[in-house]
Amino acid sequence: MGVSRREFLRVVGASGVAGSVVGVATSSAEGSGAVVPSDDLMGVLVDVPKCIGCRRCEFACKEAAMQASAARGETKEAERFKPDAIEAFEDKSVFDDEGLRRPEPHCYTKINRFPNPEQPDKPFFTKVNCLHCVDPACLSACIVKAFRKLDDGPVIYDAWKCMGCRYCMVACPFGIPQYEYDNLWTPQVRKCTLCADEGNPNKGKVPACIKICPAEVMTYAKRSDLLAVAHEKIRNEPDVYQDHVYGEHEVGGTSWLYLLPHQYSIEELGFLELDSKAPPRLTEAIQHGVFMKFFPPAAWFALLGSMMWVSRPGADQDGEPTGEGHH
Amino acid sequence: MSEHVLPVPVNRKFFTRGVFLLIVLAAIMACIAVYRFLFVGLAGATNLNQEYPWGIWISIDVATGVALAAGGFTTATLAHIFHREHYHAIARPALLTAMLGYTFVGIGLMFDLGRPYNIWHPIILWHGNSVLFEVGLCVVCYLNVLYIEFLPIVCERFQDDLRFPAIARYCKWLLPILGKVMFLFVIAGTVLSCLHQSSLGNLMVIAPSKFHDLWDTPICSLLFLLSAFMVGFPMVIFESMYTAWCFKIKPEMEILSPLSKYTLFFTGLYLAVKVTDMLIRGSYVYLTEGSIQSYAFTVEMLFGVAVPFFMLLSPKIRNTPRLLFIAALLIVLGVVMNRVNVFLIGYQPPYATVSYIPSIFEVAVTIGLGATLMLVYRAIVTFLPVISHPDLVARKA
Ligand code: SF4
Ligand code: SF4
Repeated sequence: MGVSRREFLRVVGASGVAGSVVGVATSSAEGSGAVVPSDDLMGVLVDVPKCIGCRRCEFACKEAAMQASAARGETKEAERFKPDAIEAFEDKSVFDDEGLRRPEPHCYTKINRFPNPEQPDKPFFTKVNCLHCVDPACLSACIVKAFRKLDDGPVIYDAWKCMGCRYCMVACPFGIPQYEYDNLWTPQVRKCTLCADEGNPNKGKVPACIKICPAEVMTYAKRSDLLAVAHEKIRNEPDVYQDHVYGEHEVGGTSWLYLLPHQYSIEELGFLELDSKAPPRLTEAIQHGVFMKFFPPAAWFALLGSMMWVSRPGADQDGEPTGEGHH
Repeated sequence: MSEHVLPVPVNRKFFTRGVFLLIVLAAIMACIAVYRFLFVGLAGATNLNQEYPWGIWISIDVATGVALAAGGFTTATLAHIFHREHYHAIARPALLTAMLGYTFVGIGLMFDLGRPYNIWHPIILWHGNSVLFEVGLCVVCYLNVLYIEFLPIVCERFQDDLRFPAIARYCKWLLPILGKVMFLFVIAGTVLSCLHQSSLGNLMVIAPSKFHDLWDTPICSLLFLLSAFMVGFPMVIFESMYTAWCFKIKPEMEILSPLSKYTLFFTGLYLAVKVTDMLIRGSYVYLTEGSIQSYAFTVEMLFGVAVPFFMLLSPKIRNTPRLLFIAALLIVLGVVMNRVNVFLIGYQPPYATVSYIPSIFEVAVTIGLGATLMLVYRAIVTFLPVISHPDLVARKA
């Protein structure tokens, strides 16, 4: 909370007209050009065929979120994250009963099951959560910049800034951010933080889901290294993996990378076929290009002003508030 | 000639049967407001879900509201910037509609926001990359411009009011100052309107994978701007005729029919750009898809743009009050459909298992906002000099 308050004051302090203009100028400079994944960017490689569907990551995730909320003093919220006993997560019936399982406001990650046509006793399991895009649409969309992308990758959310317009939910290509509609006064946008949110005991360490996984499905390392590893695995075991690292190029790249079984198409496993272009590149180009560079508001103003002057009637007896006619 | 008729307060009984209906609808909305803000929150009041974060409060109350308030800046541009003095009579009613329209956009937005008390945050937390931020900032600035533009009307009303000598003196002092600087605000109003009307069209472009290809085009913001130009005067025509009908005065066809010629031009332009865009992107293949989206698009373009365009081509229709009213109404409804299509029908979240149907509360609030707007409009034209009409002056004299 301390950091947020400091930042709040800093922002308020800088919000004089001059400060604001500079702010917009710098952010529009950021807005141009494609975002290249930096070398420091960490990532997670998910080896989907290795997953055994034990759902311990779901437990660990809820536990970490609970501890983080408690550390921030959000007792009520912590209560909502509180997981059942870990044994309860052994229950496999959820895969049959719940359809395609999607994240929920107080459950950032979910496991889904897909039958294995070749080995019926070894079904596939996929894990869904925020992919921590390299160039996140949620971040670009947010009217108050409530999302930040940390240098090492996590996309995290500052609830105090949020006004709850839910444009981030519209923008996210993966349908990840979840809203606490049932919270009357302080609803938050909820999504995986890669355990980098304030108060999270795993902050700066390996995220909870990765740490708990008994099958070592996920690897947490530099994104560039993970990509090399992924492609090598595909080369060595073409009969296990499909020749596609999901997240390498989708929406401009994501921090989470998936090695998928070759038996299924991307979509059959609940993933989406997405363009390799990051959506914010187009909207920001339109916004900055058209409105700021080629046809800036000041030019409009001058143009309309001169039109007003040129078309003014010879004498303006009505006293209509047309100003320039009086000169 | 009508342009020399000065605006006067409408001297009519305020409480009519229609007004009582509006009061009832507004009261229902007030009750729902209490229910939504103090008891159940968004979960209880709306049918929004994780896949459909935006419902009719955004697509109708906010997005459509902004579009339909376009009569304000289009008329101001025509009358004050291009000095078409002939149209001064409609400038004030159009200004009032825009002012109320944007005010109610703000109120509608408050209903929808999860943390409405943070609505002012964009003013301190600038995010220049966010399309929504640009929309929001321009709307806030424009709302203030509209209030300033409306100030002379209030001052005129009170400058000779002997009951409040202090206020009258202040109004007398303020009026000439406002008259001198008003041109700055008029131009600012046009610039701000063009900016946010177009940016509004850029909002859904950030979600190309969810946004139906019939509407998802990089020039969506241009189309929004052109449709705002298109719908401005039809809104004025619709409202002017409706007001005339309510107050039992003659519609001012000598102003409205020449106005509809501009609409003819803008409708033709919009139609041409929209069809060209469809041809270039090849999105016409979706027209035969047989989905709700394909029907919605067809109806929007056919009845909301093409039919009124061809209607307005005929001078006879432009000069016949009833037919002109129908053409204007079709364009207005066409733009309503377009905004709902872009923000709701054309939005296809990939993991949706249930679709979004607005709750009874959402519908009642949307209707209630419209009713309250009409109520306030009626109250203001009854007490302030907004409408100028030969019949009204005659009656006063
Ligand atoms: S997956 Fe969605 S929520 Fe996560 S960073 Fe990307 S856009 Fe944001
Ligand atoms: S809901 Fe909050 S985080 Fe999401 S876009 Fe709106 S203000 Fe930003």
